[in-house]
Amino acid sequence: MELVPAVTDLEQLKGHPAISRLVSWNPLAVEGVKFDRDEMTIYVERSAIREACALLRDDTNCPFNYLSDITCVDWYPSEPRFEVIYHLLSIPNKERVRLKVRLSGETPALESITSVWPGANYFEREVFDLFGVRFSGHPYLRRILMPEDWEGHPLRKDYPVEGYR
Amino acid sequence: MAHLTPTPTLEPGQDKTMILNMGPQHPSTHGVLRLILEIDGETVVRMLPDIGFLHTGIEKTCEAKFYQQVVPLTDRIDYLCPMTNNLCYVLAVEKLLGLELPPKAQWLRVMMNELTRINSHLVWLGTHAMDIGAMTVFLYCFREREDILRLFEAVSGQRMMTSYFRVGGVALEPPLDFFDRVRKFADRFPSKVDEYEGLLTGNPIWVMRTKGVAKITAEDAIALGASGPTLRGSGVDFDLRRDMPYSGYENFKFKVPVGKDGDVFTRYMCRVAELRESIKIVRQALDGMPSGPIKANAPKVVLPDREKMKTEMEALIYHFKIITEGFAVPEGEVYQAVESPRGEMGYYIVSDGSAKPYRVHMRSACLANMQTLPKMCEGHLLADVVAAIGSIDIVLGEIDR
Repeated sequence: MELVPAVTDLEQLKGHPAISRLVSWNPLAVEGVKFDRDEMTIYVERSAIREACALLRDDTNCPFNYLSDITCVDWYPSEPRFEVIYHLLSIPNKERVRLKVRLSGETPALESITSVWPGANYFEREVFDLFGVRFSGHPYLRRILMPEDWEGHPLRKDYPVEGYR
Repeated sequence: MAHLTPTPTLEPGQDKTMILNMGPQHPSTHGVLRLILEIDGETVVRMLPDIGFLHTGIEKTCEAKFYQQVVPLTDRIDYLCPMTNNLCYVLAVEKLLGLELPPKAQWLRVMMNELTRINSHLVWLGTHAMDIGAMTVFLYCFREREDILRLFEAVSGQRMMTSYFRVGGVALEPPLDFFDRVRKFADRFPSKVDEYEGLLTGNPIWVMRTKGVAKITAEDAIALGASGPTLRGSGVDFDLRRDMPYSGYENFKFKVPVGKDGDVFTRYMCRVAELRESIKIVRQALDGMPSGPIKANAPKVVLPDREKMKTEMEALIYHFKIITEGFAVPEGEVYQAVESPRGEMGYYIVSDGSAKPYRVHMRSACLANMQTLPKMCEGHLLADVVAAIGSIDIVLGEIDR
């Protein structure tokens, strides 16, 4: 099985239900797209993420009604430093899509999507705990895995693997 | 250890409630889960799960290891279904590499994966029944679990932390009598499931403790991210093995048990039915086991045979290079999900083109399932909390990672 190069041309991928839905809503919300290894990635503008999730959830054609996962990747030292990644699943259509939001390293913050899926609660707390990304509008944004009085965010790339001693 | 001090706000004049700390060492929490409960008499008013006691930073550790060195770490996330985690991880890396597997490796993986599911469900059934007060079931379940662990030992040398699946195939060819032993187990097992059901399904005490308890609707289950039997018990007909097949599951015929009441009893019935379906898949895998190699033909990724390594120069070089430098994985990212005994287990791996993963994230089914717990318990009796915890089948190692 040969690896096919990734497709990043928006015009070519417009047929995908999630992309066409988002572009027809607000073309500025879609910063870029990528189709690689049979997986679709949509780069969403930071301020549009909550509404984009709500739109995709309620789409009648292909509802991405299930939030699989939220996580984050730290690209230190390049900028924008953080990528928050949402994996959505359409249970009726059996399809996945990945949404990505790029955040600067200075004060990484974006809107919480707990109002769209209450299940985002623990995932966002985990990203906050381990990466220090703040989610505004989250009902209970506190550390979840590390102790309450822990300093630093262990999954950041500038945090040593063996910890500070 | 998210919040050491619970902060429920009590209005003046309404202070008839009290805070009760359940866990982290409570035997029915299946690990170290702390629940902060606000109770009014015997009724739970609010519940705050507190997790993180088993956090070992596995995701961070993965970033410092070669791709093949991560496999043993994945065992240790969920110690009840090690092979499911192995499978999910190796599938994700194979997707990144664009590797195609020989059919025998895929079928072996499916067979071992289903045995793992049975193993995990047996531990769940035994401990769940014991939490509610049915001691005997535990001993029955562990009897069959022992058989499965012996099969694991035969095939991988380890009873629990198997690390049997490797990137590009499986570690070893199974021993000669292995398939006969699996077949004997598969012949014997359905009657044992009848035994468990004979102890529980019609038992009036069991039914009273589980029917109508800890209910959750399909809408709530989807909104809270529940998956696996917790989701199917509420009537959502979705199973990744059938709906988004991986590792050759499309070649197998099996039913997906779906309930509709969304209570503890329905989830119990779903899992017991899954036991029967899993053994059917094992039997199909035995009947149709293809012959051929158990590893992909990719010398730069897959370790050579021991025999070849000692006789061929090239194989020795590849062996040395893989062990000392790892293998480079092309740049990219994948999300691979499999149906673990608890629900959707997902691995998100980002590669920067080097021999070590840039980021490994595990989507834990239990973490999401646990969010349904307050919804199930609030407004209901304190004694039912134990039944609810058992019914979502949590493993704290997987939640905390």
